[in-house]
Amino acid sequence: MAVVVMMIVSIICFVLSNVAYDPAVGIAGAQATDEDVALIRQTYGFDRPLPSRFIDYLGNLAQGDLGVSYLSKRPVLDMILERLPVTAMLAFFSMTLALAIALPIGCAAALWPNTIIDRLSQFLAVAGQAIPNFWAGLLLIVLFGVQLRWLPISGSDTYAHFVLPAITLGTYAMPPLMRLIRAGMIDVLGSDYIRTARAMGIQPLKLTFKYALKNAVLPVISLSAVQLGFMLGGSIVVESIFALNGIGYLAWQSMSRSDMPVIQAIVLMISMIYIVLTLLADLLNAYMDPRLRSARK
Amino acid sequence: MLLQVRGLHVNLPDQGERLHAVRGIDLDVAEGETLCLVGESGCGKSMTALALMQLLPRGAQLRSDRLHLGETDLSALPERKLSQLRGRRMSMIFQEPMTALNPVFTIGDQLRTVYRRHTGASAREAQARAIEMLESVGLTNASLRLGQYPHQLSGGLRQRVLIAMALMCEPEMLICDEPTTALDVTTQAQILRILKDAQTARKMGMVFITHDLGVVARVADRVAVMYAGRIVEQGDRASVLRTPAHPYTKGLIASVPRPEGAQPGTRRLASIPGNVPAFHREDARCPFLSRCPARMDVCGAVPPPLRQVPTGQVVSCHLSLDLLEPVPA
Amino acid sequence: MTTAATIPVPLPDEEQLIPRRGFWRRALSHRTFLFSAAILLIITLIAIFAPMLAPHDPYLQNIAMRLKPPFWHDKTVAEHMLGTDQLGRDYLSRLIYGARISMTIAIGATLMSALIGITLGLIAGYYGGWIDTAISTVITTRLSMPIILIALAVVALIGPSLTVVIVVLGLLLWDQFAVVTRVATQQVCARDYVTAARVIGSSLPHILFREILPNIRAPLIVVATVEMAQAVLLEAALSFLGLGVQAPLPSWGLMLSEAKTSMFFSPWMIVLPGSCLFILALGINLIGDALRDLTAGGRG
Repeated sequence: MAVVVMMIVSIICFVLSNVAYDPAVGIAGAQATDEDVALIRQTYGFDRPLPSRFIDYLGNLAQGDLGVSYLSKRPVLDMILERLPVTAMLAFFSMTLALAIALPIGCAAALWPNTIIDRLSQFLAVAGQAIPNFWAGLLLIVLFGVQLRWLPISGSDTYAHFVLPAITLGTYAMPPLMRLIRAGMIDVLGSDYIRTARAMGIQPLKLTFKYALKNAVLPVISLSAVQLGFMLGGSIVVESIFALNGIGYLAWQSMSRSDMPVIQAIVLMISMIYIVLTLLADLLNAYMDPRLRSARK
Repeated sequence: MLLQVRGLHVNLPDQGERLHAVRGIDLDVAEGETLCLVGESGCGKSMTALALMQLLPRGAQLRSDRLHLGETDLSALPERKLSQLRGRRMSMIFQEPMTALNPVFTIGDQLRTVYRRHTGASAREAQARAIEMLESVGLTNASLRLGQYPHQLSGGLRQRVLIAMALMCEPEMLICDEPTTALDVTTQAQILRILKDAQTARKMGMVFITHDLGVVARVADRVAVMYAGRIVEQGDRASVLRTPAHPYTKGLIASVPRPEGAQPGTRRLASIPGNVPAFHREDARCPFLSRCPARMDVCGAVPPPLRQVPTGQVVSCHLSLDLLEPVPA
Repeated sequence: MTTAATIPVPLPDEEQLIPRRGFWRRALSHRTFLFSAAILLIITLIAIFAPMLAPHDPYLQNIAMRLKPPFWHDKTVAEHMLGTDQLGRDYLSRLIYGARISMTIAIGATLMSALIGITLGLIAGYYGGWIDTAISTVITTRLSMPIILIALAVVALIGPSLTVVIVVLGLLLWDQFAVVTRVATQQVCARDYVTAARVIGSSLPHILFREILPNIRAPLIVVATVEMAQAVLLEAALSFLGLGVQAPLPSWGLMLSEAKTSMFFSPWMIVLPGSCLFILALGINLIGDALRDLTAGGRG
């Protein structure tokens, strides 16, 4: 499955960079004459039939060659790898923040339904889902960066630079996690095995944090992986607002300059990371859930 | 008396209304005695069991004139004390062995946790106790089983594990809510024997809930027949089963297929027409009113009296004593 | 016993004991539903009657009246209640017209993605086998691709416009529809009436659209709300990044993008359109939650 998906993604990326957009025009630049373009097309072999070009493209991919930027003329892979740590750091901080909010509040909401804490969790989930994240970013800039001057608002030099972007992106990732934790916990707390444990006199704290949480947290692993994948895509908006020099910012810069090799490479990269993340989540789930573990044997 | 229940009421939230699931029942269980609570599904048996354990679902309300386990007033205990008492003095076994064990912990982990919770034993002691208990409920390879997860065991084995878990701390009182319903017939018989043996060995009191009269005949000392949240007839196993008095009990026993009396094509299996009604408002009249083949004018007007019939059981019905005369079943 | 049994006793009808209330009756006493429905109704009415409600022409520029603050500031101008933008256009009028754009995109993109997703989901769920595997692969692929990036790239290639944004979002947001339809169809197909319809030889369109679709519409309506909110926010994000709706159209996302340069001096310029987006998305999400709540139980 994963292999087929990667294959389809690479076809789409190929179409994006080679069919929908004429790479010869890209290399030649905006001021080039028709003859220049024709010459480039011949030199680079862009006049050959699509299938053979696609096979070349795949061959290059396999060797880690994602193409060369039209503008900087540098290998795209280098450009991406340079900036990946920034985005990875942003995603990591955002995810940590999202889970740090979603886990305790989601659990508390499930333990005491229809109380203030439950209302708060539902409010946070609904509001977090409805806030446009770029708008949240702008508001944070105005409030903390400009009015209060507590935090830097642009760049990626220090950890402080990550605070506002992580809050912005974390807000975006938090609502589904919180809903899932709350729903899962409610489900588990109403299950037969929790009732058994109560009938055997297991202490309420142990019941919640040992017996229930381990069950409720299983689906959260998968969702976290998916959310982490979505964050990489969502980073384009956040990074462009905060001028955080990650792959999202790179994508945005390349977009405004029609630098297709970079864009398609980033799409490809993010898809691959997403697929790897979901595979890892499956493995982690299988490790934690004995039912899945023995199903594999 | 080990367990004493007087005037137990349970009501549950039901789509904005309150459903009276249990409407004032009295029960007594002595040491070493098994009381079978019999009735159709929806009659309030399980709610009674959960009420005894004080494990009712959220939103349920419980009211009782007396709810004592030995000298302990269960209705007055705070949750912390109840939790210390459950599993130690009073345990429960549920209907669904497939879902009653935590899927992500090993059998051993779950058994040891219960024992150490109530005795403060060391891990080693708990391990030894777990093995001993699993062997006592007839599990072979007990030490190997302890390392397994619930999904690796069949339903019958899981129910044995649950029995072992419930008996870990030698409780005075065991409540069984249809423990054999989800199992096949052979396994059923084995589980019943294990429970019965465990009971005799420990002089443990037992409330056994079932809808299966065959099971009643095997395990009960006394029987209480429940209908729509009330007990309509209560007495010794022999008198209730052989000489049922209440029209509902008669109907219930008549609806059991019995091979010895049946000649092919001549006898139809009886059934009681209608369904168990649900009560949202207080109604002291006879709950069997709408389905009773023997109903009279007075039934629709006056609550039925509680009377002892000549064969010994206590019956809640308006019919005159000679009409309650037992039909040999 | 014979006499007793023949005397009828008036009894309450069993049916009356079971509370039966229809969807609308429950909906009308559901607070979240009423609140969110009111929000959406108001925004829809604003969108429809924008020309009558807007006090000014949303495109009319007036350099003399640039960046006037709204009514709660000291230097406000009476005729522009919510102030003016950097070109002196009336902010309130632009916000009112912005509702049109957001609603158009939300409805257009959702309808399109519903069509794609439901069709794929029905086919995958009904046929199963290799067809199901193939469609599931397509769904996974779609999920793995970063949606904003793809949308941006495609818009950048074709050139941005309102129609392009609707089509691109419509082509990208179908995943949830497909996932939910597929699972729901599998569940419904296992039920007796579908088997019965198959056995008596009903035509395929009849089974799909008459037997299956009506039975899975509850979860689909919930998905539709999720996707509508997504479409609204994505359009805003695209327009904000300059690759969505183009000037001078008054899209809320575009207004935010234009306000970015003056946000340090006139923060209200980003507060207002963002609040509009937030309220619309909130209304859609809340009604989705309310519908989920109201249709839960009874359906698989």
